[in-house]
Amino acid sequence: MELQINDKTYQITSDAETPLLWVIRDELGMTGTKYGCGLAQCGACSVMVDGEVLRSCVMPVGAMAGRKVTTIEAVSADPVGQKVVDAWVKHQVPQCGYCQSGQVMAATALLKQVAQPSDEQIAAAMVNLCRCGTYNAIKAAMHDLSGGTGAPAAAASITPAAPVSADGMNKTAVAAAAVVGVGAVAAIQWSKTQKAKAGKEQA
Amino acid sequence: MNQPRDLPLHELPPDGEPVNVSRRRFLLASAGTTAGALVVGFALPAGNARAQANATPAAPGTRVPAFLEIRPDNSIHLQSPFVEGGQGIFTAMAQIVGEELDADPARFVVHNAPANEQYKVMDIGIRITGGSMSVRTSYTTMRRVGALARHLLLQAAATQWQVPLESLTTEPGRVVHAASGRSISYGELAPKALDLPNPPLDTLKLKDEQQFRWIGKPLARLDVLDKSTGRAQYGIDTQVENMLQAAVQHAPRLGLEVGSIRNEAEVRKMTGVHSVHRLPGAVAVVAERWWNAKRAVEALQVDWSDPGPAPDRRYVPADFSTEGFAEQLAKSTAAVDEAETEGDVAKALAGAKTVVQVSYRSQYLNHAQLEPPSATARFNADGTLEMWIPNQAPEMFQAAIAKQTGLPPEKITIHSPLLGGFFGRHFLYETAMVFPQAIQLAKAVGRPVKVIWSREEEFARDTMRPMAVVQFRAGLDDKGLPIAIEAISATEGPTESIANKRNKIDPTALEGLAGKSYQFAHKRIGQRFVKNPPILGYWRSVGNSMNDFFYEAFLDEIADKGGQDPLDVRLRLLQGNERLTTLLKAAVDLSGGWKRGPFTAPDGTRRARGIAMAKAFGTETAAIAEVSIENGQVRVHDIWEAIDPGRIVNPAIVEAQVNGAITLGLSQVLLEEVVYKDGARVARNYDLYPILPPQRMARVHVKIIESGAKMGGIGEPPLPAVPPAVANAVSHLTGQRIRSMPLSHYTFKA
Repeated sequence: MELQINDKTYQITSDAETPLLWVIRDELGMTGTKYGCGLAQCGACSVMVDGEVLRSCVMPVGAMAGRKVTTIEAVSADPVGQKVVDAWVKHQVPQCGYCQSGQVMAATALLKQVAQPSDEQIAAAMVNLCRCGTYNAIKAAMHDLSGGTGAPAAAASITPAAPVSADGMNKTAVAAAAVVGVGAVAAIQWSKTQKAKAGKEQA
Repeated sequence: MNQPRDLPLHELPPDGEPVNVSRRRFLLASAGTTAGALVVGFALPAGNARAQANATPAAPGTRVPAFLEIRPDNSIHLQSPFVEGGQGIFTAMAQIVGEELDADPARFVVHNAPANEQYKVMDIGIRITGGSMSVRTSYTTMRRVGALARHLLLQAAATQWQVPLESLTTEPGRVVHAASGRSISYGELAPKALDLPNPPLDTLKLKDEQQFRWIGKPLARLDVLDKSTGRAQYGIDTQVENMLQAAVQHAPRLGLEVGSIRNEAEVRKMTGVHSVHRLPGAVAVVAERWWNAKRAVEALQVDWSDPGPAPDRRYVPADFSTEGFAEQLAKSTAAVDEAETEGDVAKALAGAKTVVQVSYRSQYLNHAQLEPPSATARFNADGTLEMWIPNQAPEMFQAAIAKQTGLPPEKITIHSPLLGGFFGRHFLYETAMVFPQAIQLAKAVGRPVKVIWSREEEFARDTMRPMAVVQFRAGLDDKGLPIAIEAISATEGPTESIANKRNKIDPTALEGLAGKSYQFAHKRIGQRFVKNPPILGYWRSVGNSMNDFFYEAFLDEIADKGGQDPLDVRLRLLQGNERLTTLLKAAVDLSGGWKRGPFTAPDGTRRARGIAMAKAFGTETAAIAEVSIENGQVRVHDIWEAIDPGRIVNPAIVEAQVNGAITLGLSQVLLEEVVYKDGARVARNYDLYPILPPQRMARVHVKIIESGAKMGGIGEPPLPAVPPAVANAVSHLTGQRIRSMPLSHYTFKA
């Protein structure tokens, strides 16, 4: 199949079920996007698909036909992405750095959709895990990027089971939060179509 | 990056022999994207055989060319004895060396040095990245590396200009002859300078601290841009030519071995599969691409054989559970080995007005660093072996690989990539190593092999922070003041677990129960040794990570019992200790004054604060936490932490490390626990083993106190005071005593 990544088109030989992450890392050799959990739990594998953030470790590459994928390697080519990188440097965000490709992609996707997100919108979108504890530095960088117009950071509500809570958020925040889920929905739909196809072929 | 070297270390000039830099072979990376990048041939001493043939080997940290290369473009390449894993050590090393070299740390490109005796620069004679020891044990030696290099540059300029060395000075990156107005860059001088013989070390003067230009300043980290743009390379990113990749499936229980594989023929036919292999306690699939290897290895149907327990075998019984083990710890009647005694506890307790007797417990923890572990092995045609391994101790890994392969150490090159977090994960742990698998598979397939453990395999085999059950007793006098304390911990320390034998008390088992600074006329701290079936590991702040929780929470409990304020009790027990009194008051001041509560915050929530102290890795800390209860769970709003490491190198990095340690401390006290059932771990990914997510993070306020005391550590010390500060706040707010972690087990009402 053809895969569009960072404004280039690649001929891909991996099976359609292969997660986008492993096509990017192993077939295309771009290692900036990271493997952390393989279950869409941590967000280290976050990329942008058609401008929305997506966890590439659970997304079959077959679902990417006709869509535009952007990885961390091209972040600086995007004016918003470059601003995010600049803020990350200014606020000295990374420690070990392993989760930061995903954090930067999540931040870029949010700011491309909402130029001046509120603190609630930031909290709803910036849900990737960081074991080193750069959360406050990320928050400061995001506050800076959002123009610092929001009220001082109010903590989101505790929702242990779900990575994103849509409770009590305004409409834009819900949209931003839903971005994380978009990939999963697409993956399920794709998988159903494939199964249906396979069923027909067998019949 | 991570490109293979083409010059084995044993071909480099022998120890002590002058090296002509112009003849030195600089190695360039082969791939287009990294051409000209950092693979360079540093002048290293040879391996043991040839080093012994020479005169006395140079003392660690005295061969400048092993550490520094200054290029014609004036970039300064430093081989760091310590690995960068987020703690900022590459930047700190550049500051320390740059200070004495008189070169801007921003011009440094820092690499993790290969395995070699020259890099054992710690004042305890070894080389590890751990124990928050890097800066404090190598500070003087690494300053001297910079001073030596500066002296050699001055020497070369003096020779070139035919002027006395004393007439020369430096400004950052240049040697200056003020009398004639001449100056020359380090980059131009370096080829003639860095291999000159050293001056007598005792004649070398280090800078007066008053003149420091970079040490003590919040310089920007050197690795931030690469880490914000995906360019930083970790072990898992290693790519070498003709490499295959492997995934493994470990036995469901530690100690089981591969019996038979039912569907090997079918799995061999799966997409991309190269071969199927049997490893000690695991099966592996090798493929061109890792995803194919993972799919295939998970499809293998293995009948595992059970060789049963044996004294020298790590073995987890089929009925092992953390619930059962906690009970075993609580009921242990093993003899008490005393670590610390003062006065006569039994007598003091007998005469006390009130005796408090309770037990506390801790949980197993995963390191849960975001980068799953990996190892890449390549056997070269010349008989050498190259390894790319995330590790905290290159020489120890080299020795272990020499033992496994029978190769002499000098034929084994250890590449130590950036670590995607470590927290103690990457020491040598017998049952948690990837590299033996990579070596075995590379040998079997005759090609380089990279093995990556999936998150599930990592959470099945990571080493864990120990569990402990501590039996406390304390005596209060008629005023309610504590006069005697006893803490007997049923546990096993990580050091004795790793060694798999007990000699005497393992300090890593009791640190934080022993070594507290509070003045008790009567105290007794001891251990009942209880062997764990799984192997234990060092986890950020090691014994302190749980022991300060026990001690400081119990201290609040007895203060409450005696009707005492927890801050007052601490100040009383620290009477005459100026350093800790200052520190404790600094934390209180930072939080705007002691306000235990409960009180109602402006947002209407009921809140309280807790306080705790810790001494770990030579550094003193005091923390205050403010909490409320939300949906039955603990919300931590703020942590105020004062830290006194004596002296520091980079306040910005210290503050970042305090943030990081607080995050891990909160994660531990709020959420984390490894649970075993039927000999296996229940949680195999972050879904069932949650770590602190951003929405549970607290605001953090840091006060650094440079008391001038002996330099302490930074990475670990800020952690241990956090869990008890939170627990103490929760106890006060809810009236419910917190004697175990994590708090997610409790349901609270504010």
